[in-house]
Amino acid sequence: MLHSLLSGDYPRSRPLAAILLIILIGLALTPFLFPGSQPLNTAAKVCIFIILVASYDLLLGYTGIVSFAHTMFYGIGGYGVAIALHSAGPHWGPLALGALSALVLAILLALVIGLFSLRVRAIFFAMITLAVASAFAVLASQLSDITGGEDGLSFRGPALLRRSFQLFEEPVFGIDITGKVLGYYLLFFIALGLFLLALRVVNSPFGRVLQAIRENEFRAEALGYRVVVYRSLANCLSAGMAACAGMLTALWNDYTNPDTTLSFAIMIDILLMVVIGGMGTLYGAAIGATLFIIAQNYLQVLMGQLSEALSAAGIPLLPLLFHADRWFLWLGILFVLSVYFFPTGIVGKLRSLRK
Amino acid sequence: MSDALLRLEGVNTHIGRYHILHGVDFTVPRGQLTMLLGRNGAGKTTSLRTVMGLWRASKGRVIFDGQDITQLSTPEIAQAGIAYVPENMGIFADLTVRENLLLAARQGDLDTARLKWIFGLFPALEKFWSLAAGSLSGGQKQMLSIARAIVEPRKLLLIDEPTKGLAPAIIMNMIEAFRELKRSGATILLVEQNFTAAKLLGDSVAVMDDGRIVHRGAMAELAEDTNLQQRLLGLSMDAHQ
Repeated sequence: MLHSLLSGDYPRSRPLAAILLIILIGLALTPFLFPGSQPLNTAAKVCIFIILVASYDLLLGYTGIVSFAHTMFYGIGGYGVAIALHSAGPHWGPLALGALSALVLAILLALVIGLFSLRVRAIFFAMITLAVASAFAVLASQLSDITGGEDGLSFRGPALLRRSFQLFEEPVFGIDITGKVLGYYLLFFIALGLFLLALRVVNSPFGRVLQAIRENEFRAEALGYRVVVYRSLANCLSAGMAACAGMLTALWNDYTNPDTTLSFAIMIDILLMVVIGGMGTLYGAAIGATLFIIAQNYLQVLMGQLSEALSAAGIPLLPLLFHADRWFLWLGILFVLSVYFFPTGIVGKLRSLRK
Repeated sequence: MSDALLRLEGVNTHIGRYHILHGVDFTVPRGQLTMLLGRNGAGKTTSLRTVMGLWRASKGRVIFDGQDITQLSTPEIAQAGIAYVPENMGIFADLTVRENLLLAARQGDLDTARLKWIFGLFPALEKFWSLAAGSLSGGQKQMLSIARAIVEPRKLLLIDEPTKGLAPAIIMNMIEAFRELKRSGATILLVEQNFTAAKLLGDSVAVMDDGRIVHRGAMAELAEDTNLQQRLLGLSMDAHQ
């Protein structure tokens, strides 16, 4: 059962398995272990980014393709759901239609980009994806009648997923099972399913070919594999998963705008998460995304508290250094240190400890 | 004389602005092991890569099993039945031994009887079955590279300097494996610098110099004619004896 679920790809390190188990249990029980909207929002963001980062790792880590268009596909998913629910009302039908349309558009766009540009050298492909993604972001802001421009689109999700909906009259383990909690579990199980699907893909014959292409595309060609076809398929698969992550983001937030889906800052975050977790291993995506999102949400708070404590103790200079506004500086330092000490990412390091 | 499985007719190859092959003509008879010999830089590897479509012939034709494959893409040439073992042990280091072999299995799975035969040729592969190929020794990597080419029957094997940089004991193992491959009826075009190995294995031979074929014939004739060896390959009378 477990072998089949994980497609035979075990963590291969006890500490790694323990961390993954803690993440899984933590995410599964967040509504009960950490009541309140902020922990639930953080957990939802972790689930979404695990999918987004895993889908990017499919490209970068497994196939060796550097793409800057990942947030574009993420945005297509978000806007697909937002436009459908905004224009046709908060029902499951428009939601399904919007999601399906976004998925098809993302995959088609990925196929076109792939077939036209995956023949060129890696650096040119990266530049092409950057140009296309920038053009898409500009288009999303300019077509304000459809996309809501810079403000984006706010909408209402289906009644079942609204905060006002109560599944049971009485709380379960002290928690009201609202539509938000149901929405979280919908998101959690979709994310889990997509992650296991990605695991299945990378451990399939198709995934093996992708890894062979990453190592040496000429050798893969000499074995009879059409590199462009495989790369394009990987691009489509990755884009489809990113679009799904975008849909979940929109559905969770009840709004979509360029900042939450299309911004280059998200692309950089994805890259950081892949590197921190470890490239070429989907478990790295789970760990990288979890650590980064938690740091993003709580490092600022912790630093603020530390700064106040240092200030109260009368220590000069340090309160300024640890001021909550400096959190990104410290995140940057943590990133540099993690790359220096864990060049193969956390997963690579944990697996090497075993040897 | 057997019929030709592979025939190169006046093949010219340019790499950038460099003209490497100048009208190369030779044949690989079906069911035989043909040696392609020559000094460093003579054009042997370029010839193999041109056959595989990794470099495109600018002039001339490559005929394989009666079909003109000159303009086919590398995957099409591989699918036509040619397996290529590159000079630098073309393994995928991050994949396991098993995964390396699975990559070459078109049916998606490995044939148990054939795998047993391969383990007979290269026992180390069975031992390190689940290990990353990158952690194997040089000789084991070369064995894996050859095993990958024969994991399913192919019409023609192109093998580039399989004994390069290997210890003498490993070279003898490799020679034994090639003998077994010959007995199985495989057609092989083998590029080799080691003249002892060439003498032991070759049925026919083509010698290259400066991008041209300068000698064709039976390997036994070249093996016996030391003057010819010296003229064609720069070997002294006692070299590699």
